[in-house]
Amino acid sequence: MKAVVTGVLSAFAFAALATTAIAETKLTIATVNNGDMIRMQKLTDDFTAANPDIKLEWVTLEENVLREKVTTDIAAKGGQFDVLTIGTYEVPIWGKKGWLVPLTGIDDQADLIPSIAGALTVDGKLMASPFYAESSMIMYRKDLVAATGMTMPAKPTWNEVKAIADKITNKDKEIYGICLRGKPGWGEGGAVEGALGNSFGARWFDENWKPQFDSPEWKNALTFFVDMMKADGPPGVSTNGYNETMALYLAGKCGMWIDATVSASALTDPKQAKFPDQVDYAMAPDTGNGNHGNWLWAWSLAIPAGTQKNDAAQKFVSWATSKHYTELVAAKEGWAAVPPGTRTSLYANPEYAKVPFAKPTLDAILAVNSAQPSSQKTPYSGGQYVAIPEFADLGTTVSQIFAAALSGEKTVDQALAESQDAATRVMTKAGYIK
Amino acid sequence: MARKVSTNRKLLITVLAWGIGLLIFFPILWTILTSFKTEGDAIAQPPQFLFFNWTMENYGIVQERSNYLLFAFNSIVLALGSTFFALLIAIPSAWAMAFAPGKRTKDLLMWMLSTKMMPPVGALIPIYLIFRDVHLLDTRFGIITVLMLLNLPIIIWMLYTYFKEIPGEILEASRMDGASLAKELIYVLTPMALPGIASTLLLNIILAWNEAFWTLALTTKDAAPLTQFIASYSAPEGLFWAKLSAASTMAIAPILVLGWFAQKQLVRGLTFGAVK
Repeated sequence: MKAVVTGVLSAFAFAALATTAIAETKLTIATVNNGDMIRMQKLTDDFTAANPDIKLEWVTLEENVLREKVTTDIAAKGGQFDVLTIGTYEVPIWGKKGWLVPLTGIDDQADLIPSIAGALTVDGKLMASPFYAESSMIMYRKDLVAATGMTMPAKPTWNEVKAIADKITNKDKEIYGICLRGKPGWGEGGAVEGALGNSFGARWFDENWKPQFDSPEWKNALTFFVDMMKADGPPGVSTNGYNETMALYLAGKCGMWIDATVSASALTDPKQAKFPDQVDYAMAPDTGNGNHGNWLWAWSLAIPAGTQKNDAAQKFVSWATSKHYTELVAAKEGWAAVPPGTRTSLYANPEYAKVPFAKPTLDAILAVNSAQPSSQKTPYSGGQYVAIPEFADLGTTVSQIFAAALSGEKTVDQALAESQDAATRVMTKAGYIK
Repeated sequence: MARKVSTNRKLLITVLAWGIGLLIFFPILWTILTSFKTEGDAIAQPPQFLFFNWTMENYGIVQERSNYLLFAFNSIVLALGSTFFALLIAIPSAWAMAFAPGKRTKDLLMWMLSTKMMPPVGALIPIYLIFRDVHLLDTRFGIITVLMLLNLPIIIWMLYTYFKEIPGEILEASRMDGASLAKELIYVLTPMALPGIASTLLLNIILAWNEAFWTLALTTKDAAPLTQFIASYSAPEGLFWAKLSAASTMAIAPILVLGWFAQKQLVRGLTFGAVK
């Protein structure tokens, strides 16, 4: 009898221990559905092998749906997610509101590219760890530029870009000198227009938050943009977003495209591009003032303040943004597939240096000054956006007005006057100005 | 006496009907065709209609990346569950309004319909907070409740319209024969209004199946239906049309098949009472 009791008790004890040993922490990770993030999901066996007590559950969504969902959840402290994928626009705003947990134990934090780390730091604390980062640059067809008898400078001005675009354009053959986004939306055409404004020395607000669309800099920038796109752009610029513009470039219809550095991998992919061997890169244009207006964006992993699983979440974020992960991707899928733009050590790696768009990407990122995006003094940080909560709506409104100027529905003067009114209304209502 | 229709007129009407039918069906056909293209072919200019390299690659990628069966199961549970509970409430409500109207019945009906005019985003935060506090976020029961409440005004209105076509005297006769209220509803009213109830049921299933705002906002993984499955395949950056088309084809397939088999009932129900 004693043996039976001992046996039963031992079995219970063993079961209890076993249950404790396999007690799992489930992490729910909300992520955007781009190629790099999908690749990460496939490689997470490496993480779970080292952390068998952590189970990963993914909620993968389109960027805009994800943004709405995550914003609702974090604002309402819904606690549905343990790790979030967010961008450089959200991090400073959410960080200041106390919605994010400061990150500890990030692998070799000093190795993060300073401009990226700076954009993700609030009050000296890293609030999100960059998974991949991008800036903007010129991507152009070498053959079409060569046919004009001109050469693309490494750091061209807007006038030089327009001169080349004028020569390339052959509308009868559906070849357009330059393709740019113009579709309404702060992350669509608004990103290009904001960056263009910065390179012309324009700013959204002066040091007292007074809107500046009535300034000569904005007039020069928008007039140049509208004139150039009318002369050298494809039809329907005002409705072309990133995907539409990329499709035009991939089909060989654009001489130049100024957009996200991450696009380079698609343009050199023979499965997607018509002229994959003819791509070259240059710095985004300036007006001779040294401000190239190139933007900065980093999809980053952050931990919401409402999570109950901070330790496990910290471990995961550290793994996904580590040097070890970079090496894992390189070993499995090659160096060209490695998430770009986040670590200095990646660009010191001789293997990665062989990737054609590695150096232009780094040069573009290093040229960014998020703290002072325009050559005039600004009270805000950002680049293609202004890092204030009101910007998402205002940026979209202004880009809608600019799209009307691109399509010819409004003159440049009308568009700027309406933008000034809209910005004044928003900033007054939000209490920035009286 | 039936009016004689000339052969030419018949031909014209037939061609016109087919033309309109194909025009309406074309976006679905295009989605299905695109799902068999490569991403490159999907954005080719000029667009390729049939002569492209047919591939099943997109379906493979979608299967590999997502648990389609879980999303489909959730869609079925949410659509059927919300319809069942909605009918349970709507049939007695519509009966009361049709056969025992009060002074304010018309106003009540109008008020119910007016709730459909409110932008749903206006109620998002309060409902989200309530769901958070009662632990209904990402639960099938929670989203069934929301879908049921969302479609209830339309269902009550539809059933009310159908019930109004049924002579009240028949129900009175059943009462005089000793039928209880439950028996009157189940054995007299329901069989007579069956085409109307069937079309209401089908329409509600379709509405619940297609509902995207609340299902996207209130679910994450456990209760997420096919709307979320589709939302994971569009992208503002990168080529996605072919994969999105494959996901959309998989998402609409069940409801398309249901609609095909139930089209007789749908048409019968929707035209019920139209001709007197």
